[in-house]
Amino acid sequence: MQFLISMHINPAVLEALTEEEMAAVGEGHGRFIAALKESGELVNTQALVDPSQAVVVTVRNGQPAVTDGPFLEAKEYLGGFYLVDVEDKDRAVALAAQIPDAAIAGLGVEVRQVMFYDGLPEA
Amino acid sequence: MTAGPAEGLLRELAPQVLGALVRRHGRFEDCEDAVQEAVIAAAAQWPAQGVPGNPRGWLVTVASRRLVDQVRGDHARRARESAVAAAEAPGDVPGRDDTLALLFLCCHPALTGASQTALTLRAAGGLTTAEIARAFLVPEATMAARISRAKQRIRAAGASFTWPAGDELAGRLPVVLHVLYLIFNEGYTASAGADLHRPDLAAEAIRLARMVHAQLPADGEVTGLLALMLLTHARRAARVTAAGDLVPLGEQDRARWDAVMTAEGMELARVSLGAPSLGPYQLQAAIAATHADAATAAGTNWAQVHALYLILERVAPNPVVTLNRAVALAEVKGPAAGLELLAGLDGDERVAGHHRLLSVRAHLLEQAGDTAGAYDCYRRAARATASLAEQRYLQGRASRVRPAGGQPGAEG
Repeated sequence: MQFLISMHINPAVLEALTEEEMAAVGEGHGRFIAALKESGELVNTQALVDPSQAVVVTVRNGQPAVTDGPFLEAKEYLGGFYLVDVEDKDRAVALAAQIPDAAIAGLGVEVRQVMFYDGLPEA
Repeated sequence: MTAGPAEGLLRELAPQVLGALVRRHGRFEDCEDAVQEAVIAAAAQWPAQGVPGNPRGWLVTVASRRLVDQVRGDHARRARESAVAAAEAPGDVPGRDDTLALLFLCCHPALTGASQTALTLRAAGGLTTAEIARAFLVPEATMAARISRAKQRIRAAGASFTWPAGDELAGRLPVVLHVLYLIFNEGYTASAGADLHRPDLAAEAIRLARMVHAQLPADGEVTGLLALMLLTHARRAARVTAAGDLVPLGEQDRARWDAVMTAEGMELARVSLGAPSLGPYQLQAAIAATHADAATAAGTNWAQVHALYLILERVAPNPVVTLNRAVALAEVKGPAAGLELLAGLDGDERVAGHHRLLSVRAHLLEQAGDTAGAYDCYRRAARATASLAEQRYLQGRASRVRPAGGQPGAEG
């Protein structure tokens, strides 16, 4: 079954990390990706640009409007995700615990099962 | 499975060829790769050039040369040699069917269920990695890594390619049957995605179960599993509407059940019950046969269904079995008796909060006339399921019993 493991980042928390700590986070993700590829559990992973680059689209009375709010007011943002295909929820939770972000105070990693899927798998 | 004649033949021959190679050379990992390459080569050549006179011999020859190449690491000679192999008519290597030995290796207890199913489909089912990846909606590279890891684990566990016998057979056959059951269920419940070219896993599981049954025709559980699969698969056309909505058993148009498949399943279920011991697949097949025996849902012999679930609860205790027994009990003694049985499951963390418990309770509350309670349970069940089709069905039931003044559009 497939799970989306999403990383909720807080820019203030990330900015407070030392350079060594940031490097350790990056290396941790690298090792995590390599292990997931080898075990045959990784479907894909994506990281998103800084929330300051995001826009919010709304359509009111048929008129689209592009603004930078209101989600910019939030403290936590979706920073990126891992889409994994695993045995069960316990395994997905165990994997989430290996993500470096999970060990940083102020950050959280969320695990949710995928219910609907469509697209063009490369297979 | 919409396989052409060449593909059907390939899937049948692949495990035999792999068995022949492993018996001659050992090295399951390498042989398995070599057979996969031979299968891919045959799938490309046979439809255009015709199936060779001795297809098994062709595959054995091509796979053997791929194996030699792999071992030597001599990739340059491959193309030349497969042309030579196609021209030759090598002597066949008849021997006993190795399918069972292969299945026991693929379903090794050191592997996870996901790895067992993938490796079984490739080594015993003759499917390509690309086909298996499509069936499970994952990228081919993901599936290739999973299969390769599974083979490493098998080697690390020191597993050997042998025909299991005696206690070993009795101990490990249930694992093999469980893997086939998992493959069947994956095909039966899969709802995600637009799947025009998705291999039919339910049909593949039935084909593999037939292969095991051919080897062990006297085993009651093997016969029972095949019967259960056939009786369930026979209902597939009546199970979903054209719009993709689920139709529960009680509301299915039984004229749309596959009569030939049902008849075969009924006969196998009957035969399986004559075996000296009684296991969970035989009992589930007997329950499915009881449903198939009724011309209409109203004509169902619920007392017999309930009695069979009682035995199943004793043979293989499991809260999901109790859940199903509650449905039968409600039909025999009324919804209150069913609800009382369900109350005992609330403390079982394996099902408490599970959408099946919530939806069965909702059904029984609806039958008992408690529409407010049913509405609440249907909505909670809809939120708890991971299947979109099930969610739509449960939301539909909820809106049917929505009490006056209930907030419309608040579902989900």
